[in-house]
Amino acid sequence: MKLIEAIVKPFKLDEVKDALLEIGIQGMTVTEVKGFGRQKGHKETYRGQEYTIEFVPKVKIEVAVNDSQVQRVLETITRAAKTGSIGDGKIFVRDLSAAVRIRTGETGESAL
Amino acid sequence: MVRRLRFVTMILPILTSFAMTLGAAGVWAQETAAPPVPAAQEIITAPAPPQAPPKIDTGDTAWLLISTALVLAMTAPGLALFYGGMVRSKNALGTIMQSFIILCLISLQWVLWGYSLAFGPDKGHLIGGLEWLGLNGVGLEPNADYGATVPHQAFMIFQMMFAVITPALITGAFAERMKFSSFLVFTLLWATLIYDPLAHWVWAVGGWVRNFGALDFAGGTVVHISSGASALACAIVLRPRLGYGKEHMAPHNLPMTVLGASLLWFGWFGFNAGSAVASGALATSAFVVTNTATASAALSWMVLEWMYRGKPTVLGAASGAVAGLVAITPASGFVGPMPSIVIGLGAGVFCYLAVLWKSKCGYDDALDVVGIHGIGGIWGALATGLFASKVINPAGADGLFLGNPAQLGIQALAVLVSVVFAFVGTFVILKLVDGVTGLRVREDEERMGLDLSQHEERAYS
Repeated sequence: MKLIEAIVKPFKLDEVKDALLEIGIQGMTVTEVKGFGRQKGHKETYRGQEYTIEFVPKVKIEVAVNDSQVQRVLETITRAAKTGSIGDGKIFVRDLSAAVRIRTGETGESAL
Repeated sequence: MVRRLRFVTMILPILTSFAMTLGAAGVWAQETAAPPVPAAQEIITAPAPPQAPPKIDTGDTAWLLISTALVLAMTAPGLALFYGGMVRSKNALGTIMQSFIILCLISLQWVLWGYSLAFGPDKGHLIGGLEWLGLNGVGLEPNADYGATVPHQAFMIFQMMFAVITPALITGAFAERMKFSSFLVFTLLWATLIYDPLAHWVWAVGGWVRNFGALDFAGGTVVHISSGASALACAIVLRPRLGYGKEHMAPHNLPMTVLGASLLWFGWFGFNAGSAVASGALATSAFVVTNTATASAALSWMVLEWMYRGKPTVLGAASGAVAGLVAITPASGFVGPMPSIVIGLGAGVFCYLAVLWKSKCGYDDALDVVGIHGIGGIWGALATGLFASKVINPAGADGLFLGNPAQLGIQALAVLVSVVFAFVGTFVILKLVDGVTGLRVREDEERMGLDLSQHEERAYS
């Protein structure tokens, strides 16, 4: 099992969600986050006082999947979240050692 | 820096030549203006010769009472929202509360002793006597000195709203860091020891500044220069907010600030046009120039910022409007529409430059009371000495552009008196309060914000 974390542009969230539903992904967790990579933030000016806002708002999508699904999910997110301009985001994959479905007590892949 | 200087040297000659042109237009207006305005009830008029007992005019009284409510709306909600939106969200309630509670506090101070000190029978040209304590003798009959056609109490409560808004303006200088209890003590002392005497000097029969002929129609010196100079003392004595210049201190809700600025504009018609203490020609003239100067100042601030920084900001337009309102205040009963455009344009430019200059100086006048009310007020007082015309108000005087350069000197003297008195007096009061109760909240309380630390509430929960 793997946990896939995709940091994407906020307005791309719906497209990514729809694309993942289409390939059979049944659930995900979404968090509003801030951060920066190569895309730097922006400048704000209030009565001449300038502030540089480094942290850009993004959305983090977390999906837990079987090992066999990983490649497809990565491709799907990449396709759906891409605009081609700087700041499109990143995807991280990490190993998932356990999972439990709270309602039934199922564990492992059947809990996903 | 170099770029800015170059810009200033570029803009100033343009502005000056424009001022000259419109100054000439003021002269031209003199030839074509309507017949002189009857202004027997205007505040700066000399005491009327004894005549038949004064009679209440219902139109004048209605306008004065409505104006009173308009000026009240300038403090709360106007100023409360204007300032409330400019602070960080953790201080929104604390900032709004300062304006709101000043309204309550000075309402009582004024009826108990403030009005008597400011407008009571003159003592040595310096202060009103205690004869009118608790409004003793301030009844419903007109007082010929201050409004021959309105009940004396109507004039009293109109003036109360000026006494309310002035300390509320100062709160912008010590925003986000003053202890609530000390703020209450400071406000009460400031109103009694600074505002009441200054109002007496400038407006009351027998006041020494009034006697040397300074023109201040609606409170440029008493309200704006005094609050601006006091704000400078506050910013210096209280020292900067924690993290000033390093942390992000951007306004938390600019729509709130714009709403507040718009309400200030709305209420200011009561402030300026109401200061005619009569409903008629002079009130109308003051109304028109107030609106014209405000619009000009908002535009000039916006354009200047656009040229200098690259973007026309919303906060800039709102700040410019307030600067214009401040600058036209002393002149509003003495100048015509064309000079009011120059006064507005100048206000936008001078106040914007003052606000920029502040950020180089290191003192933390958090919401720019010095830059807007101090500088705008000084410009307005001096501009009154440039553009005032007896055609607009026979009870006033002509200014420099109408051949009376002495008036400019008189105005400058009134400015100097207000600045020195307000700055020094405020400095002493602050040191006194600091010694007894301390002025600032504790460091952990400041980090937590005034809302939680002073009031145990949150604006947004």
